[in-house]
Amino acid sequence: MTVYGKSGPIEFNVGWSEFMEKGISRLKTILDGNEGTSFSSEEYMFLYTIIFDMCTQKPPFDHSQKLYEKYKECINEYIMITVLPSLRKKHNEFMLMELVKRWSNHKVMVRWLSRFFSYLDRYYIARRSLPLLKEAGLKCFQDLVHQELKSKARDAVINLINQEREGEQIDRALLKNVIDLFIEIGMGSMDYYEKGFQDAMLIDTSAFYSRKASNWIVQYSCPVYMLKAEECLNKERERVSYYLHSSTETILLEKVHKELLVVYTNQLLEKEHSGLHILLKNDKVEDVTRIYRLFHKNTKALELIANMFKQHVNSEGMILVQQAEDAVGNKAGNAGGAQEQVFMRKVIELHDKYLGYVKKCFSENFLIHKAFKEAFEIFCNKAVAGSSCAEFLASYTDDILKKGGSQKLSDEVIEETLEKVVNLLAYISEKDLFAEFYRKKLSRRLLFDRSVSDDHERSILTKLKQQCGTQFTSKMEGMITDLTLAKENQNHFQEYLNNRQVASLGMDLTVTVLTTGFWPVYKSSDLNLPAEMVKCVEVFKKFYQTKTKSRKLTWIYSLGTCNLKGNFEQKSIELILGTYQAAALLLFNDADRLSYSDIKIQLNLADEDLVRLLQSLSCAKYKILNKSPNTRSVSPNDYFEFNSKFTDRMRRIKIPLPSVDEKKKVVEDVEKDRRYNVDASLVRIMKSRKILGYQQLLMECVEQLSPLFKPDVKLIKKRIEDLIARDYLERDEENPNMFKYLA
Amino acid sequence: MGRASKRKSDFESSASAKNARVDSVRSASSKAVTKLQERVDELYNKYANKTSELMDPEGIEALCSALKVDHTDVRILMLAWKMKAEKQGYFTKDEWRRGLKALRVDTMNKLKKALPELEKEVLKSENFENFYNFSFRYCLTEEKQKCLDIESTCLLIDLVLGSQYRPQVDSFTEFLKIQSDYKVMNMDQWTNFLRFCQEISFPDLQNYDTCQAWPLILDNFVEWMKEKKM
Repeated sequence: MTVYGKSGPIEFNVGWSEFMEKGISRLKTILDGNEGTSFSSEEYMFLYTIIFDMCTQKPPFDHSQKLYEKYKECINEYIMITVLPSLRKKHNEFMLMELVKRWSNHKVMVRWLSRFFSYLDRYYIARRSLPLLKEAGLKCFQDLVHQELKSKARDAVINLINQEREGEQIDRALLKNVIDLFIEIGMGSMDYYEKGFQDAMLIDTSAFYSRKASNWIVQYSCPVYMLKAEECLNKERERVSYYLHSSTETILLEKVHKELLVVYTNQLLEKEHSGLHILLKNDKVEDVTRIYRLFHKNTKALELIANMFKQHVNSEGMILVQQAEDAVGNKAGNAGGAQEQVFMRKVIELHDKYLGYVKKCFSENFLIHKAFKEAFEIFCNKAVAGSSCAEFLASYTDDILKKGGSQKLSDEVIEETLEKVVNLLAYISEKDLFAEFYRKKLSRRLLFDRSVSDDHERSILTKLKQQCGTQFTSKMEGMITDLTLAKENQNHFQEYLNNRQVASLGMDLTVTVLTTGFWPVYKSSDLNLPAEMVKCVEVFKKFYQTKTKSRKLTWIYSLGTCNLKGNFEQKSIELILGTYQAAALLLFNDADRLSYSDIKIQLNLADEDLVRLLQSLSCAKYKILNKSPNTRSVSPNDYFEFNSKFTDRMRRIKIPLPSVDEKKKVVEDVEKDRRYNVDASLVRIMKSRKILGYQQLLMECVEQLSPLFKPDVKLIKKRIEDLIARDYLERDEENPNMFKYLA
Repeated sequence: MGRASKRKSDFESSASAKNARVDSVRSASSKAVTKLQERVDELYNKYANKTSELMDPEGIEALCSALKVDHTDVRILMLAWKMKAEKQGYFTKDEWRRGLKALRVDTMNKLKKALPELEKEVLKSENFENFYNFSFRYCLTEEKQKCLDIESTCLLIDLVLGSQYRPQVDSFTEFLKIQSDYKVMNMDQWTNFLRFCQEISFPDLQNYDTCQAWPLILDNFVEWMKEKKM
């Protein structure tokens, strides 16, 4: 449909000035914000058709090329005449606003123009692979406007950003629009944004925060600085979400992080009165968490944090060690090893506290957890007043598991505590020492029925087995099983007594048969049993023969208990005492007065045992025997008499025999075992490797034995030499640092 | 039969003559050998115990005075080495023969003169280690004895190494007498001490590395030396 009279092909100039220019000025008016907002369909179609005609006319009247040039020319003209001058007049924020407006207008202009000229897109442009109308149109703006103003625009934006950083309110929407411009102007490429804006912005940001940081580091304490730093980071993150491109976030935050935190890592964390070590000391959990949060991605910082944490935990531990040393030294306040209990309890508390830190403040970070473990490994292996932690831990556990321990705990709490004990064991290198002490104390608990509960006993063994392996707990498990079997055995014994026409024993006899090898070694002595008891023992021996002929029974009277009825003048009292003590007292059934040597001969006991037992009967709380002279301790010249005048308000009393200090023996036994273990390990390794260098042998031996203990290098060297002397190994002739296995 | 037989008989006779000559040479040399052997044995018998037919400590002492050498002199030890003697204080006839044969001597004079040569030979590096180890084994007098008491060790070290490594020997023997960890020394420690003298710079001990497989007694020695310096 033509509106004009078609008298022939349209001349270019005619077509342009008659028709197009009108349309274009109309467009400009629209852009200026005046008159009307849009072209109507008819107007649009008219203009489109003019172009169409001018393009499809036969040469020399096809004006495609000219039209394409004119299109661009037209836009450029508009820019030169109208847009640029108006922009040049304005500055800073106002210039930005103008820029945004002009850009918006430009897009509209290009949109309409390219619609009018769109026929060109289809054929002329496509055929010649020229830039599309829209592209070409936008490029005009890029070349003329953006090129000239981009630095000013960039700087203006950066200025505004900095103002906002200083706390002023700025027009965020404006900035967003400007940034969008930088992005859109790239027409697919982010170069204009990145090189034209982002790079400079980042440099400026770094400078900005660098300045701030150098002030703040002096002004503020560590926690306050950290707060500010976190605030800044959050604000920057916000900034990106409001008006920067999302791709900027990572690198922007990195720069800020670097200037504020990385550069000042050491100064911050090691600040004298407010650094990390102080925060840890004062339990500033939140501050510590913040520090971790902000620093954990930075390797060097993390290492520093881990180190400081380790030092702190270690020094707290060493304080406890020192306290214990001082307290134990002052023996007056250390009855029953109370100080060791306190120490152990405090160590467990310390462990809980800082494990909490690891979990909550440090998100269970691997490096920090490792530092924590190392700290514990250091101070848990320090000796306290000559005793090792291994011993204390065993004593502590004994206290929990025995009746009448220093703490009254519920089942739940006991279970929890046992769990903690086993966790603590992981840090102690002398695990074999712990095992031996534990076994000795377990034995006492089991044999004297002092254990709080069988379930708890089994439970801790299960935990120990999980952590240290089956070999670690096999003997202890055997001990517990032995007792169960012993009860069964006792039932059979009772049956035996009932069934056979055995003359009554005259007393109740309970025998506990232990499997040698599971239990600690107890020396047996040739105690002369009172006649009454001899018969019982014989009867049991016969009974045992009926059960098995292949085993030998060794009687350990030092572990036995007797209930005697003491017929005192005032009233009879039941005495619960050890077999040795009972044997001694029964002698007084036949004699009124006995000398020390009399008793010794009759009982056939060694002096050290005899003195101890007589002391417990004559110089301790309950004086069952009268001693003359009435001195405080027993001497070989003393005489003893039955104290018929003895009485007590209770009808039943326990007369304990103080136990011998087993510590020295335990340490000796463990050392012996260690020598044996090192030998066995060396032989095992050499047997399979046949030939091995010294350093490697050392390493493998230490590794093999680490579940039990940490072998001293000198010990290993000595054992190697011993094995050489015993012809298990020899040195290589060529290389004296190599060893060969001798089959 | 004429010529041939003559030749044959000639040949025969010359052969037999030759044989006789060879024989006589042989017998002459074997006579010489036997003479030598006789002299050696004679010498042996001079000092050997008549009843046991062994040269015992008394005999050896007499031998030493004949040689004008003290019986604790290291050269006697070297002689024992040359003989591959097994028991300290005793020489068997075989050992005596072996030793003197190796030294190519058969009289007391010759033996005396051979001693300096023997010393030189022992000190040659290819022989010394062998001699050094031999001397330790030689001092293990009891059957199945594997260790030498410290006092004897000190004397032995002084005797055997004193001329070459005087400072090491003096320090080490001082240390051995002071320390109480070891009451005896075994073969492994003995052999390594020689290596110590050969390899470790003394007295600074700069290149001694405790991380190597030196016997513990040497580690302790080095520690003691370093403490002494402070």
